[in-house]
Amino acid sequence: MTDSLRAETIHLKGHGGVEIEAYLAEPLDDGRFGGVVVIHHMPGWDEGMKEITRKFAAHGYLAVCPNLYSREAPGASPDDAAAAVRALGGVPDDRLVGDVQGAARYLTSLGSSNGRIATIGYCSGGRQSFLAACSLPLDAAVDCYGAFVVGSPPEGSPLRVGPIVHLTKDLSCPLLGLFGADDQYPSPQHVAELEEALKQAGKAYEFHSYEGAGHAFFATDRPSYRPEAAKDGWQRIWEFFGRYLAS
Amino acid sequence: MCTYQTEQLSVNGSAKGPGGWFSLSSATVYFDHPAHYPAEHSLNIDFLNLGGGALSRVAVELDPASARELARAILDTLQAVPRY
Repeated sequence: MTDSLRAETIHLKGHGGVEIEAYLAEPLDDGRFGGVVVIHHMPGWDEGMKEITRKFAAHGYLAVCPNLYSREAPGASPDDAAAAVRALGGVPDDRLVGDVQGAARYLTSLGSSNGRIATIGYCSGGRQSFLAACSLPLDAAVDCYGAFVVGSPPEGSPLRVGPIVHLTKDLSCPLLGLFGADDQYPSPQHVAELEEALKQAGKAYEFHSYEGAGHAFFATDRPSYRPEAAKDGWQRIWEFFGRYLAS
Repeated sequence: MCTYQTEQLSVNGSAKGPGGWFSLSSATVYFDHPAHYPAEHSLNIDFLNLGGGALSRVAVELDPASARELARAILDTLQAVPRY
């Protein structure tokens, strides 16, 4: 396999058939590839998330990152879009599921798709990756430090999201969880509670928590970046997707 | 971490953004990751017109000490004009 890839902004049909923008990255080699829906973090559809999307293509996956803030802020810079969505209470759960479903459909419609689909999400996207995996038939899901799978936002927060751990029984695929031991949202207690729910429901999962790392340890453009945790985390992702997204 | 420590309030006033002056409807005050200031966390304020689209925004990201000084200066200034 070579590392040749193509990456560009495309449009796909999201929740309710509404057209939203998305960033697509695909390997240029011949063959059939597993698909990854990349769910961006709360700061939005930014350069860092597009870089991560390209990384999946460089490793032999079809990857697409839908702009979950397309509707509120078409054409706006990521930070302006994130501020608008934050003020409006965040992305509604049903719309998120519809947008991920549209992104997954887009990937499986490509001639180079092997039909397998995973989600991966960071920060708020971690919760949304779990939500998608409890709502849609997927082959694998990765939750990178997603808050409020367990627990709720602090009192007074305009963010209208609540805990979804009760959906664990509906999880459709194996779950990889990557967390920072110094994080507060999710805290180690939140992670332990989710792990207990997965055990009780008899679901396949694999969790790793990194000492010395907090939230957003994968974000290379932020002071929260922790190279050792990120390097090991990426290795876990490649192994996990190698197991569940192969033809 | 994302602290998710956020407060939203209605405000009256105006702000000047990339498209010129606009009327304000609200402010979002939160302690979280900054988009530009090089620190893990900052005290952020978005001055917004919620009906005006994403570009109706003036944003500041302050280190905590600066934010406290700003809050003190605002209150001191208002204290000096008690009829308001």
